[in-house]
Amino acid sequence: MCLAVPGKVVSVEGDDPAFRAARVDFCGIRKTVSLAFTPEVQVGDFVLVHVGFALTRIDEEEAARTFQYLAQIGALEEEGLAPS
Amino acid sequence: MKESFQPLLHSRGSECVTEPRASASGSAVTPFSCPAPLAAVERIVLGHGSGGRLSAELLRDVFLPMFSNPVLDRLEDQAYLEIGGVRVAFTTDSFVVNPLFFPGGDIGSLAVHGTINDLAMGGARPLYISAGFILEEGLDMEVLRRATASMAAAARSAGVAIVTGDTKVVEKGKGDGLFINTTGIGIVPEGVCLSASNARPGDRVILSGSIGDHGIAIMATRDGLEFETAIVSDSAALHTLVDEMLCVSKTDIRCMRDPTRGGVASALNEIAAQSGVKIQIEEGQIPVRDEVKGACELLGLDPLYVANEGKLLAVVSPEAADVILLSMRRHPLGRDAAIIGTVGEKRAGLVTMRTPFGSTRIVDMLAGDQLPRIC
Amino acid sequence: MKYVDEYRDPKIALNVAGEIARKVTQPWVLMEVCGGQTHTLMRYGIDELLPPQVELVHGPGCPVCVTPLEVVDRAIRIASLPHVILVSYGDMLRVPGSQSDLFQAKARGADVRVAYSPIDALRIARENPHREVVFFGVGFETTAPANAMAVWQAKRECLANFSMIVSHVLVPPAMRMILGSKSNRVQGFIAPGHVCTVMGFGEYEELVSDFRVPMVVGGFEPLDLLEAISMLVSQLEEGRAEVENQYARSVNREGNVTAQNLMREVFEVTDRKWRGIGAIADSGYRLRAAYAGFDAEKRFGMADLNAEEPPECISALVLQGLKKPVDCPAFGKRCTPMKPLGAPMVSAEGACAAYYQYKRHD
Repeated sequence: MCLAVPGKVVSVEGDDPAFRAARVDFCGIRKTVSLAFTPEVQVGDFVLVHVGFALTRIDEEEAARTFQYLAQIGALEEEGLAPS
Repeated sequence: MKESFQPLLHSRGSECVTEPRASASGSAVTPFSCPAPLAAVERIVLGHGSGGRLSAELLRDVFLPMFSNPVLDRLEDQAYLEIGGVRVAFTTDSFVVNPLFFPGGDIGSLAVHGTINDLAMGGARPLYISAGFILEEGLDMEVLRRATASMAAAARSAGVAIVTGDTKVVEKGKGDGLFINTTGIGIVPEGVCLSASNARPGDRVILSGSIGDHGIAIMATRDGLEFETAIVSDSAALHTLVDEMLCVSKTDIRCMRDPTRGGVASALNEIAAQSGVKIQIEEGQIPVRDEVKGACELLGLDPLYVANEGKLLAVVSPEAADVILLSMRRHPLGRDAAIIGTVGEKRAGLVTMRTPFGSTRIVDMLAGDQLPRIC
Repeated sequence: MKYVDEYRDPKIALNVAGEIARKVTQPWVLMEVCGGQTHTLMRYGIDELLPPQVELVHGPGCPVCVTPLEVVDRAIRIASLPHVILVSYGDMLRVPGSQSDLFQAKARGADVRVAYSPIDALRIARENPHREVVFFGVGFETTAPANAMAVWQAKRECLANFSMIVSHVLVPPAMRMILGSKSNRVQGFIAPGHVCTVMGFGEYEELVSDFRVPMVVGGFEPLDLLEAISMLVSQLEEGRAEVENQYARSVNREGNVTAQNLMREVFEVTDRKWRGIGAIADSGYRLRAAYAGFDAEKRFGMADLNAEEPPECISALVLQGLKKPVDCPAFGKRCTPMKPLGAPMVSAEGACAAYYQYKRHD
């Protein structure tokens, strides 16, 4: 359920918040996506897109934190330093 | 709301009753007391043209029983015929693509490339093509001129001649603009004997380049799914690439298939089934362009099932795999060629894929077309 | 692809799996509710990476699979009306109703079209003012904002020829039903990350406190799921029961308030029947009175059409995680994706179809 994909906002148009839309880039594919539910999104942000709507702005700091933590588990495991 | 129910047809010998009866609420429903009434599909659905399981069943259940003969029953992409001591390859194909003009090609060039490729997959040198046109009343003459010009250019470029043809016109609403049917004839060189039933345990599977380009280029123009992309169809004639491969070795190539509708997954399943072997491919070895990957992620599609029009799969002996691969990479249409898998033990047609995680999943034949999904 | 590829790193995956193996001291049964997560688990063979003590069962997280039989029948009936264009997400086209499916209806002449977004259906309605355009609005809470927006826009521009078959289902009531069942074996849940992107995860705190079962909001990539499983195992081993959020790059506690406001404006909660399970109270959405004019089932007089489920299909037990697809005697034999007996075999996200597609050689 809920196939949603992250993409980068390349341009934004529309003044009426209900009809504000963005060109979003997915690896070179560009699609027009509604920003009706994410009024704070700006060019350069990453958004999570489901059936033509941005559901949220991706929190890049959280993403970095999660990923660093994951990568670190890896490093600790490899060095045999993971706490038991 | 009352309506009359057609009794369900059963072609599989199941013996259950399907009389409509009234449910508690008063509307007539059919008791779902037997397995899958939908197995007995009584009408053609789009899935029958998708190159997947429904297509295979149509062939098996309708056409083969009627037409069966030793040549047809081999079920290759082309028929091998001996005529006056000469080995001739003979094929037919129909082109119903919509839209007629798409990034990287059109129905005309596609018709030439597709026909040439069917012959080339049998190792034949393509020589002559016929072109039958079914035109819808009201079709813009300019559209026909453009498609024909493109077809002529593709034929010239490939060194084949369109030597005979036919034209029919159908009433408006019955033809989607333009359909093209072709036949192709070629000569099979001495010593070449390719067949999808030739794959043996230990053989290697080579893919000539990135997958999914054609299908995604078409999908980008589809109503309701439009997206901007630089991806163009990979539509191309593969016979000169095949020539290079046959120059290296005629006997080490077991079979070749061009993974058109149904994609690489369907083509591999066909080979595995006809040869009665297992085939395992490596996900990490399969070239997929970033944009194709992006489009597939967005729509929920698996690139393994997306159509290609300028790629080939070759099953080759393990000893010759590397040198055949090198010869392919020297050719413009084989620059990204890669060995993607191995033929495993004799086993009723199973295709599996090892993921980058080291786990193995089945790559099955789909029933019909892949559809974009929300789930 | 950023925020996707890095979460598919095989080396890190193996390391997280190793971390789970180190932590676990006894068997645990975990459930992921969402079909998209099931799909990832199957496709990457995550279960092969996990230690044997961790058992994954798959929940009813496929809105396509759980769309009631009669709703599919009604959609087919409406599509078959001569002046109707039925627009649907691709997933629904092969779902069997009592006798047929939308693909077959199309073969019989019904105008059935696939759309990526409900906004496409609005466009079709504008372009075809003399036809009735009906959108088949299925989904969990993830898809509800988009479907709500279509109805809201239709009302705003008085698009009289547009209507929607509203068949939304909600996740927390289904989880409550599973947890409340006497035969429940599930000890920890991976909560659906995209549902929570919209709804937040406050609703799950009530479930956790009522049932003392840990829940972790998980994403959809292999590393997300492995990490969520790792967090659940930690909670279980330590005797904790809380809601934790693995998918913090997309999910926060409140969710998307703008989306929720629109959903509340257009929809209200109602009882709903789940295919293969039965009726669950307050588990779906319907259109509010102010938007009831856009309800396709009412507009076309289909609301009374009912259907009965096939007795042989054990989807109810599979969807609740009480049986695995391979436990079903019909699995792979009489019931395959080509000829499905029940919903979990039809949709690619259904547990049975996922098993069949990826796993049946085991």
